[in-house]
Amino acid sequence: MHTATATDATHGRRRDWRTRVSGAARLVATPLRPSHYLELLNPLWATHALRARVERVWDETPDTRTLLLRAGRGWRPHRAGQFVSLGVPIDGVRHTRTYSISSSADGEPRHFTITVKAIDGGRVSPVLARRIQPGTYLPIGLPQGEFVLPADTRMRQLFITAGSGITPVMSMLRTLAQRDAMPDAVHLHYAPHAGAVIFAAELHQFAASYPRYRLRPQYTRQADGPRRHFTPQRLDQSCPDWRTREVWACGPPALLAAVEACWHAAGLGGQLHVERFTAALPPSTDAAGGMVGFALSQQRVAANGRTPLLEVAEAAGLTPAHGCRMGICHTCDVMLRSGCVRDLRNGALHSAGQRVQLCVCAAAGDVELAL
Amino acid sequence: MSPRRSAEESPMSATLPVHLSEDEIDAFGREIRAIHDEIAADLGAADARYIRRLIAVQRGLALGGRLVIFASLAFLPSWGHALSGWPLFLAVAGLGTLALALAKILENMEIAHNVLHGQWDWLRDPDIQSATWEWDHACPSAQWKHSHNVMHHKWTNVLGKDRDVGYGMLRMSAQQRWSPFYLLQPLNSVLMALFFEWFIAVHDLEINRLLKGKKDRAEARRQWREIRRKAGRQGLKDFVLFPLMAGPFFLYVAAANLIANLLRNVWTFVIIFCGHFPAGVHVFSPEQVEGESRGAWYLRQLLGSCNIGGGALFHILSGNLSHQIEHHLFPDLPSNRYPQIAPRIRALCARYGVPYNSGSFTRQFGTTVLKIVRFTLPSSLTQPAGLVAAGQRGH
Repeated sequence: MHTATATDATHGRRRDWRTRVSGAARLVATPLRPSHYLELLNPLWATHALRARVERVWDETPDTRTLLLRAGRGWRPHRAGQFVSLGVPIDGVRHTRTYSISSSADGEPRHFTITVKAIDGGRVSPVLARRIQPGTYLPIGLPQGEFVLPADTRMRQLFITAGSGITPVMSMLRTLAQRDAMPDAVHLHYAPHAGAVIFAAELHQFAASYPRYRLRPQYTRQADGPRRHFTPQRLDQSCPDWRTREVWACGPPALLAAVEACWHAAGLGGQLHVERFTAALPPSTDAAGGMVGFALSQQRVAANGRTPLLEVAEAAGLTPAHGCRMGICHTCDVMLRSGCVRDLRNGALHSAGQRVQLCVCAAAGDVELAL
Repeated sequence: MSPRRSAEESPMSATLPVHLSEDEIDAFGREIRAIHDEIAADLGAADARYIRRLIAVQRGLALGGRLVIFASLAFLPSWGHALSGWPLFLAVAGLGTLALALAKILENMEIAHNVLHGQWDWLRDPDIQSATWEWDHACPSAQWKHSHNVMHHKWTNVLGKDRDVGYGMLRMSAQQRWSPFYLLQPLNSVLMALFFEWFIAVHDLEINRLLKGKKDRAEARRQWREIRRKAGRQGLKDFVLFPLMAGPFFLYVAAANLIANLLRNVWTFVIIFCGHFPAGVHVFSPEQVEGESRGAWYLRQLLGSCNIGGGALFHILSGNLSHQIEHHLFPDLPSNRYPQIAPRIRALCARYGVPYNSGSFTRQFGTTVLKIVRFTLPSSLTQPAGLVAAGQRGH
C-alpha cells in the first residue's frame, strides 16, 4: 500500500515536471507553440497539426494508385477498416476528403496506405491518383470509423465490395493474413472486368494460401460473359449460406442500397456492417433560397435567394456576431456545414466545409450553418 | 463629364475634389469591383506558397535573431578571450536585435495584419485563418479585428467614427476641434511612435468614451482582462523569460528585446501614419457618408488613403500598406497582389478624374509630420490656404 502510494507520488512528480517544462516552452513561444518552430525543421515533428509525408506511390490499375504515407507525431495506428481524412491542396485551396486505409493494422506503426481511384469529373481524386509526388506533406486526421474487424473473428464472414470499396476490406484481409487468422470467408467483389480489380494479384494470392477464404469476383461489364450486378438470387447462388454470416459491405450507394434491402428483408440487418463513400457533388448553380438550418440553436427557417443569411438569422431571433455588414470585416463568418451559399456581390457559390460571410451571402438551396 | 447640376447633387461634391454624378460613381464602383473579382478568381498555388514561405522565413528570423542575441553574450569584454570586446559584442548583438525586429515587423505587418483581415481564409488552412490567428502583439487579436477591420475599415477617415484618426490622442485634421491638450502633440506623437504596440493594445477599450461615461463599463472590464492577459504574456516572454535564460546577462537580453520591440513600434507607426495623414488626404463627416452607395464607399477609401513608393522589400516590410489605397479598396485580397493591382486602380482614377494620393516616403512622412506640428495650434492660427496648396501637390 505504502509502496504504491510512493510510486504514484513519483509518477505525479515526473508528470508535473514535464508539464511545467512544456508549459514554460509554451510561454516562451507565445503566441505560437514550440511546435510551430519544430515544424520548420520537419513538418512531421509538429504537434499542433497532424501531417503525413507521401513516401512512395504506385499504380494498382490504370486509374487507381496507392500512396504510402508516413504520419507525424500524434498519430494513432489504425484498426483494420478505419478511414482517415486527408487535406489535398488544389490551386492553393485545401480540399478535405476521407479515404479508407488499405494497409494492414499490424504494419509499421506510423506507416499506412490509402488507395485512390481517379473519378471522372472529380476534383480531388484525380490529383491524388495522378499528380501528388513523393515528398509531399499532407494534413491528415486520426483514423476513425466503426467499420472495423471485431476482435473475435471466429464467426463466418461475408465481404461484399465494389470498385475502390475494396480498400477497408483489404486492410482487414491483410491484417488477418498477417495474423494468420483468416476466418471462413466468402468475398464477393464487383468490378467492371478482371483488369479493373484493384489488388487482384494479392487477392488471388490470399485465395491460394487460405482455403477458408473464397474469392468470387463479379464482373459487371465484361464484353463476353454475364453481367453480374448484385441481386438476392445471385447471392443465393454465389454464397448460399449468407444468412449465417457476418457481412461487411463497402461500395457505391446503389450496391449498398440493394444489399441493405436484401438483409433487412431477411430480418438480418443486425449482421450487416456498411461503409459508405460518396463523391462530393459540385455546387449546383441555379438554386436560390431554401431552408436555412441553424445547427447550434436548432432552428430551421425558410429564406429567399436575395436576403443575406445574417438578416435571416436575425429575423429568426438569433444574435450572431457581426461588424461591417458589407463583407469587409469577417466578424460574421460562420462554418457552412452543408449546402451552398451565393455571394450576393458577385454571384460566386461557396460549398460546405468552409466559413462563409453571413452578411453578403444568401442561401442557394438548403443550407446548414454552425450557428 | 456630367452636367454640373448633377455633380452638385452628388453627396460628396460640396467639399471633395470629385465631380462625378451618382451614376458615374456607381459605374466607377462596378469597375473597382470587377478588378477585385478578377484577382480573387486568379488566386492559386503561387499565392499559397508566398504566405507559407513568408511565415517560415519570419519564424526562422525570430528564432535565429534570439539565438544570435544569446551568442553575442560570448563576446562580452568581461570574458577576456581573444575575440571579446565591445565592438564585436555590439555588432553581433545588433545583428540579432535587427533580425528579431525584422521578424516582429514581418509578423505584425505582412503576415498577421493581413491574415486577420481574412485575406488567406480562402486557403482553408486552419493554421492561417482570421478566426484563430493570434499575433505577436500586445493587443488581443479579437479586439484588433473590431477596432481595425470594423471601425477603421468601414468608417475610414469619418470623424467621430474611425478612431484611427489620431488614435484619440492626436489632432490630424483641421476639422478636429482644438483643445489645449493638443499642445503636447509633438511629444505625444513621439511617445506613441515608441510605444505604438501598447497604444494599440488599449485602442478598442475606447478610454476617451469610457472617461465620458459613454461606454459600458462591464464591457470595458471584460476587454481589460483580455488585454492584461495578452499583453502580460507578450511582456513576460520578451522581458522576463528570454532574459532569464541568459542568467546573469539578463539585462543585455532584455535590452535587445526592448530595442527590437521599439524598432517595430516606430516602423509600424511611421507606415500607418503615412497611410491616412499625408497632405491631400480627405476626412469626412458622418453626415457626408450617410446612406452612401458601394461606389461612394470605394471613393471614400480612395480619398482617405495614401500610397508610398518604394522597392519590393519595402513593400513587404510595410505589409504592403505602402499600397494603402488598394488595401482599403480590397481589405480581403491577399496583400502580395496589391503591387499588381495598383497601376490598374491608378489608371481607373485618372480616367474618372479621381485623385490618387501616391508619393515618396519623404513626401508622405514629411507632410504627416508637418500636420502633427501644425495642428498643435488652433486652426485659426495656421494658414488654411497653405493646407490646400499642400493637398494639391499630392494628386
